[in-house]
Amino acid sequence: MAQQRFHQTGILTRFIIKRDRLRLPIWLIALLITSLATAWSFTDLYQNEQERQSIAQTMINPATTAMIGPGHGLDNYTFGAMMAHQMLGMTALVVGIMSILLVVRHTRAQEEDGRLELVHSLPTGSLANLSATLIVVVGLNILLALATGFGLASLSIESMDLEGSLMYGAGLGAVGIFFAALTTCLAQLTESSRGAIGLAIAMLIGAYLIRAIGDVSNETLSMFSPFGWIQATEVYVNDIWWPLLLPLVAAFIFTALAFQLNVKRDVEAGLLPTRAGRSRASFLLQSVPGLVFRLQRTSLIFWGIGMLILGATYGSVLGETEVFIEDVEMMQEFISAEAGLSLTEQFLAMLMSVIAIASTIPALISILRLKGEEKRNRLEQLLAHPVSQPKLYGTYVLMALLTGTIMLTLATLGLGGTAVATIDNEIEFFTFMEAGLVYLPAMWVMVGVTALLLGFMPKAASVIWFYLLYSFVVVYMGGMFQFPEWMEFVSPFGNIPELPIDEFNVWSVALLSGLALLLVIVGGMAYRRRDIEG
Amino acid sequence: MPVLETNQLTKAFGDFNALNGVNIEVNQGEVFGFIGPNGAGKSTTIRILLGLMKASSGSASIFGRDTWKDAVEIHKRLAYVPGDVNLWPNLTGGEVIDLFGKLRGGIARERRDELIERFKLDPAKKCRTYSKGNRQKVALVAAFAADADLYILDEPTSGLDPLMERIFQECVMEARSEGKSVLLSSHILSEVERLCDRVGIIREGAIIESGTLADLRHLTRTQFVIETKQPIEGLPSLPGVHDVVEKDRSYTFQVDSEHVEKVMPHISKYGVVKLESAPPTLEDLFMRHYEGESVEAGGES
Ligand SMILES: Nc1ncnc2c1ncn2[C@@H]1O[C@H](COP(=O)(O)OP(=O)(O)O)[C@@H](O)[C@H]1O
Ligand SMILES: [Mg+2]
Repeated sequence: MAQQRFHQTGILTRFIIKRDRLRLPIWLIALLITSLATAWSFTDLYQNEQERQSIAQTMINPATTAMIGPGHGLDNYTFGAMMAHQMLGMTALVVGIMSILLVVRHTRAQEEDGRLELVHSLPTGSLANLSATLIVVVGLNILLALATGFGLASLSIESMDLEGSLMYGAGLGAVGIFFAALTTCLAQLTESSRGAIGLAIAMLIGAYLIRAIGDVSNETLSMFSPFGWIQATEVYVNDIWWPLLLPLVAAFIFTALAFQLNVKRDVEAGLLPTRAGRSRASFLLQSVPGLVFRLQRTSLIFWGIGMLILGATYGSVLGETEVFIEDVEMMQEFISAEAGLSLTEQFLAMLMSVIAIASTIPALISILRLKGEEKRNRLEQLLAHPVSQPKLYGTYVLMALLTGTIMLTLATLGLGGTAVATIDNEIEFFTFMEAGLVYLPAMWVMVGVTALLLGFMPKAASVIWFYLLYSFVVVYMGGMFQFPEWMEFVSPFGNIPELPIDEFNVWSVALLSGLALLLVIVGGMAYRRRDIEG
Repeated sequence: MPVLETNQLTKAFGDFNALNGVNIEVNQGEVFGFIGPNGAGKSTTIRILLGLMKASSGSASIFGRDTWKDAVEIHKRLAYVPGDVNLWPNLTGGEVIDLFGKLRGGIARERRDELIERFKLDPAKKCRTYSKGNRQKVALVAAFAADADLYILDEPTSGLDPLMERIFQECVMEARSEGKSVLLSSHILSEVERLCDRVGIIREGAIIESGTLADLRHLTRTQFVIETKQPIEGLPSLPGVHDVVEKDRSYTFQVDSEHVEKVMPHISKYGVVKLESAPPTLEDLFMRHYEGESVEAGGES
């Protein structure tokens, strides 16, 4: 009986490899190149030990720790230590995403499209497809581990020996295998592939956040995350192998559980119940604004929670800035050049620009939905009702402006709230709110530019993402690279007074708000005038 | 005054002229069949009528108002069903129907429930899970539940099974009996023949024929199968007679509708034993235009 369940796993395995004969090598090669190229570029970027050591100093701050981990061997920051600190966690995150997407693609997505039913009607075991998927994805991760390991060792960079390199590769592979196995379980629960991917990615992000919070506050907490486990190997510094057993043991348990769940349920059914929907519209869904809100509600909630967490994460570490920076002499000279202001305040100003740009993302996603709806041909029916084009446009623009405003407010509240609670109150809560909300006009301009594009050239509207990326680079890294002034000037974020460092400047804030309004109006006139494409 | 009227409507997409002067007219209480092959320009015409696109030249009006400028006013009294219904995946069919109803200012609940029942639609399911036919039912229920004066239906039955198609036809006939007007774009000819008072045939962006079905039948040929006692002399050379096939004194041939009158007396002289005639169908009409095209196109090779 048990053997029967796995009947023809071999054939299905080959079939999956054949179907993905491009996809699998692309993932593998892209990840491999990223690791090798980064390691190689380090040797170029830092010519001597002193340079490496000075970059290590700048890494010692809570924000960086939250983002990439605490790092090991910072007092002797070799290329290996650098690689493990700056690249391992982030690359593992991408490997996790790869595993999730591949597993869902060959399990739940297959079922959803009704293809699996066909496979099951052939003489194949009921668990054959699930095990074939695992064989392929686990195999890919092992291959990635070995290729990365030997590849890094082959660069013969000092401090990156064979054992360390193999461990680095194994760390990536172990996280990949962990999420592959976890996803096979989750794919049993939901009825749709979207649901399975959503659940798995949420777990992935959750695991990363647990590590981030643990690393800044309580190291034991980090040991509840696979990202914490691979960090615990202290690869290239102390080379501890045993933590890599943890993800593999967990993967084994998840796999066993997935097989159990798979046997218990029917093909195409999910274990989580799907609710029957409403057969009548609620009072909310009675108008265009109601519809637009309803369509964005879920994403609004998730982004809202995300921004609150983001703000709170930064806020909880802000208090430690002083402590960290006091330890590092060089850093002190570097920042306290600005007299009369605490380091925390300077750090705060920089954080706020990043938070404002992050909050702009959901606002842009929101307004770009208008284009998405047009592309999916859903506007046609809406506009065949007594709904005017300007009304539709206005609703989407307003929704986007509101979304961005709420997101920035939430992130600032999260930051201010936790900071005030943890810092011995040298900065008032109001200062935080002011420093964050002063960016609202910049965000509105970004929405306005998108609106303008939607009116004049909807096909090109996505270029707004490059503009946002550009803004991020010039505003966040501007100080480091010393860009010419006009480069900051062409981004709305570069024209906002950086509170609490700068003075509040009514003019730039008012002018940007006016510009946003103008962009929205001109975009709307163009939108009214153009054809709605099917 | 016609309910809907277009005058020399043209539409260019870049260099390509999708419409080259479309003239159609739908009168009060009439079902107008708008037929033509794929890519002929039916949907483009309809999108202009709905005010979603601006005509390159010419004019279009509904209820005497300009379709581009007064779209919102016009839409208060109009219901539209597209051929490819795209709905929001995470709303249920029932929610979409109610939303559309509300946008028009409210729908009668009993009428809505009755139509859902008739079309056998499960309104509690998410649109994501609906088949093409079910999505079409959602749009049809929303349209017929609306108390509109004009229905614009663009190939509305392409995903429906025959049983549902029948229900759809009932709904159209009910609407007409209430004095409402319908513009029905279709390539299902039997449907058009059953429902439409007048038809317009569009090809390559221009109306090539229009009129009542009776009018158009003048342009078609009637098919005859005849057996006579004596062989018929000179049948192929009679005016208006085509495609004669003779087999043991059984003749199969076609006659141009306007010549039937003259051909019949000639045949009757030879002692008719059996006579079958098939009335001209819209399909013949359609095919003849099609053939015309392929003969022209094939002429060069
Ligand atoms: N937005 C557009 N851009 C370019 N060409 C289009 C567009 N919409 C329609 N067309 C072209 O116009 C012609 C008429 O299309 P359509 O009106 O959809 O035909 P029908 O509905 O009769 O099948 C087709 O050749 C189609 O490719
Ligand atoms: Mg069409």
